[in-house]
Amino acid sequence: MTLLLIVTLPLLGALLTWATARAGDLRFSAIVAALAPVVVLALVLSLLPAILAGEVIAAEWRWIDAIGLTIAFRMDGLAMLFALLIVGMGLLVMLYARYYFAGKHGGCRFYVLTLVFMASMLGIVTSGNLLFMLVFWEMTSLVSFLLIGFHSEQRPARRGARLTLVITGGGGLALMAGVILIGQAVGSYHLSDVLAAGDTLREHRQYPLILSLVLLGAMTKSAQFPFHLWLPHAMTAPTPVSVYLHSATMVKAGIFLLARLHPVLAETPLWLYSVSSVGMATLLTGAFVAMFKHDTKGLLAYSTVSHLGLITLLLGMGTRMGLIVGLFHLLNHALFKAPLFMMAGIVEQSTGTRDMRRINGMWHFMPYLGVLTGVAAASMAGLPLLNGFLSKKMFFAETMVSPFTGVLAWLTPSLAAVAGLLSVAYSARIFHNVFFNGAPRDLPIWPPKLPGVGILIPVTLLSAACIVVGIVPQYVVHTLLKLAAEAALGGELPQYNLGLLHRFNLPFLMSALALTGGLAMYVARRQLFAIYDRLPEVDAKENFEWLMLQAGTFAERLVHRLENGSVQRYIALVLLSALITMGTALAGMTEWRGAEVLTPLDPMTVFGTVLLMACALGVAVGHRNRFLALLLTGAAGLFVTLTFARFSAPDLALTQLSVEVMAVIIMMLALSFLPQTTPPESSVPRRVRDLSLAGLSGLGMAIVAYAVMTRPAQSISGFFLARSVPEGGGSNVVNVILVDFRGFDTLGEITVLGIAAVAVFALTRNLQLKDRVPQERGQYWASEPHPMILRMIARPILPVTLMVSAYIFLRGHNMPGGGFIAGLVTAVALSLQYMAGSLAWAHSCMLTPFRPLVGGGILLAALTGLGSLAAGAPFLTSWFGHYRLPGLGDVELATALLFDLGVFITVVGATLLILANMGKLMTLQGPGKEIG
Amino acid sequence: MEVLFAAALGVLTFCGVYLILRARTFPVVLGLTLLSHAVNLFLFGMGRLTLEAPPVIGESSHQADPLPQALVLTAIVIGFAMTAFVVVLALRAAVELRSDHVDGVDPDEDWRP
Repeated sequence: MTLLLIVTLPLLGALLTWATARAGDLRFSAIVAALAPVVVLALVLSLLPAILAGEVIAAEWRWIDAIGLTIAFRMDGLAMLFALLIVGMGLLVMLYARYYFAGKHGGCRFYVLTLVFMASMLGIVTSGNLLFMLVFWEMTSLVSFLLIGFHSEQRPARRGARLTLVITGGGGLALMAGVILIGQAVGSYHLSDVLAAGDTLREHRQYPLILSLVLLGAMTKSAQFPFHLWLPHAMTAPTPVSVYLHSATMVKAGIFLLARLHPVLAETPLWLYSVSSVGMATLLTGAFVAMFKHDTKGLLAYSTVSHLGLITLLLGMGTRMGLIVGLFHLLNHALFKAPLFMMAGIVEQSTGTRDMRRINGMWHFMPYLGVLTGVAAASMAGLPLLNGFLSKKMFFAETMVSPFTGVLAWLTPSLAAVAGLLSVAYSARIFHNVFFNGAPRDLPIWPPKLPGVGILIPVTLLSAACIVVGIVPQYVVHTLLKLAAEAALGGELPQYNLGLLHRFNLPFLMSALALTGGLAMYVARRQLFAIYDRLPEVDAKENFEWLMLQAGTFAERLVHRLENGSVQRYIALVLLSALITMGTALAGMTEWRGAEVLTPLDPMTVFGTVLLMACALGVAVGHRNRFLALLLTGAAGLFVTLTFARFSAPDLALTQLSVEVMAVIIMMLALSFLPQTTPPESSVPRRVRDLSLAGLSGLGMAIVAYAVMTRPAQSISGFFLARSVPEGGGSNVVNVILVDFRGFDTLGEITVLGIAAVAVFALTRNLQLKDRVPQERGQYWASEPHPMILRMIARPILPVTLMVSAYIFLRGHNMPGGGFIAGLVTAVALSLQYMAGSLAWAHSCMLTPFRPLVGGGILLAALTGLGSLAAGAPFLTSWFGHYRLPGLGDVELATALLFDLGVFITVVGATLLILANMGKLMTLQGPGKEIG
Repeated sequence: MEVLFAAALGVLTFCGVYLILRARTFPVVLGLTLLSHAVNLFLFGMGRLTLEAPPVIGESSHQADPLPQALVLTAIVIGFAMTAFVVVLALRAAVELRSDHVDGVDPDEDWRP
């Protein structure tokens, strides 16, 4: 529970800070924001005794079992070290920001984001599940993006933020892939399981891939060469952000990951060479470039890169002592780099610039800050009695006992000494150049004015810590470091004594050499600057922007090729994919013709089918003349009806016939509003493309149908045929399937029908067609609205048709017919009345509006189904019985009939709703009120 | 007979697909109708072609496969509802976009140099 609080309290604090923010009162916001970290600090410290006793505190809740993701927290020595660093530095930065943001806007936003960031960092270090950790890992990338782009009105800030997000986000993706591979190899994402499976992983087939992916994640986050480029550009963030995220904490997340997974992934040659070479490259590049940066924060950013490289190199050497020294230096780096960044921020505020060619001689204006900076810079350079000296000396010692052999064995310490020399040079520069080196040159703010004295408190505390740790390390950091190293390495630690580090030995000599060399280099800086200026300049950000632009343009073009908003193209693409899929599936087929005997041909069927094909082709060829095409479509539908009738499907024939009538009426209605001809506008290539797509589709359809139809049938229909009479109580098997066996499907289908009808109703509701569609009055349309003969014939026909449909409905269970067909016949009969009389007249004759009819039909069908539940049988079980009624003889009554009645009502209601609403558009002024 | 049936299917599909790929709404609606005929016949054909044997118990000695028929029956009705819906969509689009082009506007407008 404590662990959960540690991560969630800063989030709650962020909410609280945001909610209680008062304009212009930064002090209040700062106090509110500091509440959560103070409590968290206390909570973390309260766990210290247990950690000291060697315990590992864990807590776990279930989240997504299917992928092995749990809400798991785990606190051990390593997590403790990082948690203290995160919360402690966070508090100091918040104090610093209270003065930094005084009189500026955005202070509150900074606090909110910082608290969110703190929560995500704490989440990373205390996660007990690797997948869970990824969530926080991504959170830090996102918050970092927001904080770097803090001044979103400035272009460099936006670009820097984007560069960072792409690099760290990309690394995050790689890490995620790596973690998933680890999870698959180990069989669990749980940290304790993973840590116990070191041997499995190292011998795993995919170890090189896993290692590269994890390293990619860690290296991008920790700004290792060649991914270090984002860090200098992240300096567009406000200085408190640079202190906290880009020097003390976030960039250490990668290091944390390396340390955390050290027992699992390290101690292989691959780890040794890849990690240490990256570390060495980063160390040297960072140190070299830092010397030549004229921007204070730029210099510090590159020196951060260099120090991160140093720590990575130490971890990369894979020795147990290397890891201890790495962690020690990580702590020291936070202690001396933070005050330097803070100084850079203070000087920028007082002078208005960060350019060291203009900032000189600040000692005269702010001597106290000069002293503090001197201490921190000396520590960075590695002067004795300061913490930086200790870890750097241990680093030199480590390079001499590195596991390298041959040339590398002496090259490593030599390069390390060079890097040490460079670090002395840039440390000297940041101190001497800012505080001495002559007089200031045209500063934007003159005279420099120091912000509130309070801003110096965190700087003082941190610089003092450098001295304390430097003089008595064994009392202050030894315990913590030991705990962390034990947790990271497991097992016994090598013997070392932080208190004895000031002794004179070879590493001490190396430190001394680096010191003199570095100072000499600084003295000769003018000549070096001149040489450096002649080197070709590589602007990472420009290259990155160019790359992004190219990628963007490429993606845009690609998207346009695939998705340009043209329905025609989409359909063509869909068809093409379908053809390719089908083609691949059929590629292996050799024999089209199956073994079945073909049904014999007869002249009438041949004649009808040929006419069907002729009609279809006629539609395609003559589609520009729309009226003709519509008539031919209707004719094709009639031949389809005949095909059904010929091949033993009377129900289908009846349905198709009535549907065809309705469909043609509707299309006819629509055509009277649309242009009567289609303009020829397809280009020749387009027509060739369409013809080949259509041809291939038709060919495929024909071949597949032929291949299937000539093969023996294996159908489940025997089941239905055998049980239709005894269990369904009807001899028309198609109808029994519809209303009984597959009644649930039918219920769904009438619902779809109802929805379509209501959608038509909704779409035509506010549609005014008459004078808005550009059209010439077609010569096809009769001017007389309701011909006399039709009107006279229609009325006597109605009762007859209704009777026929009642007959069809009632016999449906045993003979061809049923609810669908009867419904359609009724609808056709009623729509004839609409055509014969006026819309208003016909509508006034209807006893009920249509929408309730649609709903009522579906409801009736559903209730019939529910009725069987009441009788203790499954949904939609039907019941039937035979009765002798006086005068009617033997009558069968079945609940299926009730269900079919529901189908009937829905079909009538839906069809008429569609038809009446489309017909409404015909009337000159519209009927004025809703129909149906 | 199977050859003829398959050929009719192929022709219906060919015409339906060709019309679906046209640029104006009305031919597309016609194409959809033809294509749904083709699909219905295809499904129906999966039950094999049977002569003189409606799936009604007691009418003849053997029965045609009733299952594809039941499937196709509902497919016909729903196909009708869909046709009506598409027709109304086409009308609405013609009114609101003042054009019966399927895309409403020229899709390549922004990309012409």
